[in-house]
Amino acid sequence: MKYTKDHEWLRVEGELVVVGITEYAAQQLGDVVFVELPEVETQVAQDDEVVVIESVKAASDILAPVEGEIVEVNEKLSDNPGLVNEDPLGDAWFFKMKIDDLSVLDEFMDEDEYNEMIS
Amino acid sequence: MSELKPLALRALHLRLGAKMVPFAGYEMPVQYPMGVLKEHLHCRAAAGLFDVSHMGQVIVTAKSGRPEDTALALERLIPVDLLGLKEGRQRYGFLTTPAGGIIDDLMATNRGDHFFVVVNAARKAVDLAALKAGLPDCDLGEVAGRALLALQGPQAEAALARLVPDAADFAFMDHGIRSWQGVDLWISRSGYTGEDGFEISLPEAAAEAFATRLLEDPAVAPIGLGARDSLRLEAGLCLYGHDIDETTSPIEADLAWAIQKARRASGARAGGFPGAERILRELAEGTARKRVGLRPEGRAPMREGTPLFAAETGGDPVGTITSGGFGPSLEAPVAMGYLPASLCAPGTTIWGELRGRRLPVTVAALPFRPSNYKR
Repeated sequence: MKYTKDHEWLRVEGELVVVGITEYAAQQLGDVVFVELPEVETQVAQDDEVVVIESVKAASDILAPVEGEIVEVNEKLSDNPGLVNEDPLGDAWFFKMKIDDLSVLDEFMDEDEYNEMIS
Repeated sequence: MSELKPLALRALHLRLGAKMVPFAGYEMPVQYPMGVLKEHLHCRAAAGLFDVSHMGQVIVTAKSGRPEDTALALERLIPVDLLGLKEGRQRYGFLTTPAGGIIDDLMATNRGDHFFVVVNAARKAVDLAALKAGLPDCDLGEVAGRALLALQGPQAEAALARLVPDAADFAFMDHGIRSWQGVDLWISRSGYTGEDGFEISLPEAAAEAFATRLLEDPAVAPIGLGARDSLRLEAGLCLYGHDIDETTSPIEADLAWAIQKARRASGARAGGFPGAERILRELAEGTARKRVGLRPEGRAPMREGTPLFAAETGGDPVGTITSGGFGPSLEAPVAMGYLPASLCAPGTTIWGELRGRRLPVTVAALPFRPSNYKR
């Protein structure tokens, strides 16, 4: 698993990259009450705002970690946004992306580096 | 930035795992490990304990020594029937500006030879200055060294009765003094959540012991500012600096209910308060805009500042959301804001602009859910 400085986790699944937010991020957000997901088959550039998360406190965005195509979104989050707090690293993934070259993920933090950043 | 004032119960909050934030110059618990959503629901289902010690507690006493003179003096600044308020009773009110805006909203209690007034933390200094300037015939004192706790929810009465056996004898808006382990508790049956409950002023030195005893009851959970906000929003109650301020009149803010007959035109003591001309005129003729409840469609919360439109496309904004968020008990977004009178009828559809898109919003009656006061 790789991590971004924006507290996203990236997991490679075959040819795809699955994107979610870390437990730390979910805690900081507070109870999530609304998630707006992107359309599938959307081409996105790095740092495009692709997901809106509203918690009881505030709205925040999830940025596309890399350039690529959104190929699947987690519809479960539309009906049950609280899943982001319950299982941020598992069931509450946000979207899957197809990217040209998986090696671009190498530049992101590994778990130790991420833990150091938030400590 | 000036230094944050710590609350007397700071150590207890930290022990309970609170996340502390700056609020109105104080370091306040915004949430505990339970989290805003569950804290909110717990308060509606059982009981919640809030530390509201940041609020201003003020004693007003007429120099003449005659109790009715205090009420009459305060009526010069507050458009509420205070002379008719019996001893041991509390009433919601507000200080008004000469232009008919709201300096602050408050709770005033007749305590026999003086009035006890509770005001918002952020407005304490402004309120005291207004009281001082307007009441040369009264002694004013900010109460020092007393914490203020709110115990709210359907099980608040039972929880308080464990420490104050006759808690059930208080009716909504009753106020009285009780003794607990040798200290005076100033108890009001009131609050700001839409639930039954109590507000208890007590010496800071005893506050932690008292709060700890209340929290021993499994029905009672500590509740932070986050849930306090969503609770009062669902209850349709105004937050000063957001839903009301010096530019909003009480009539625009839909607070006419708080102005009793005695202070209205042809009442026994009509007018005679700052801004009376505008406020009495608006009572008779209505206002161009009014505070309303708003239910955005779907699940996306619309927060303070969201512009409101009369149509799905085109046109300038017709109003703005002044408080908004997610209502955990309603499992839906809720908001309040100001709209032109022609759009204020419950059921009217307007549009709120969220992230560049206009989404439908329905005007709704307030409160969003029935209040559970013990009348």
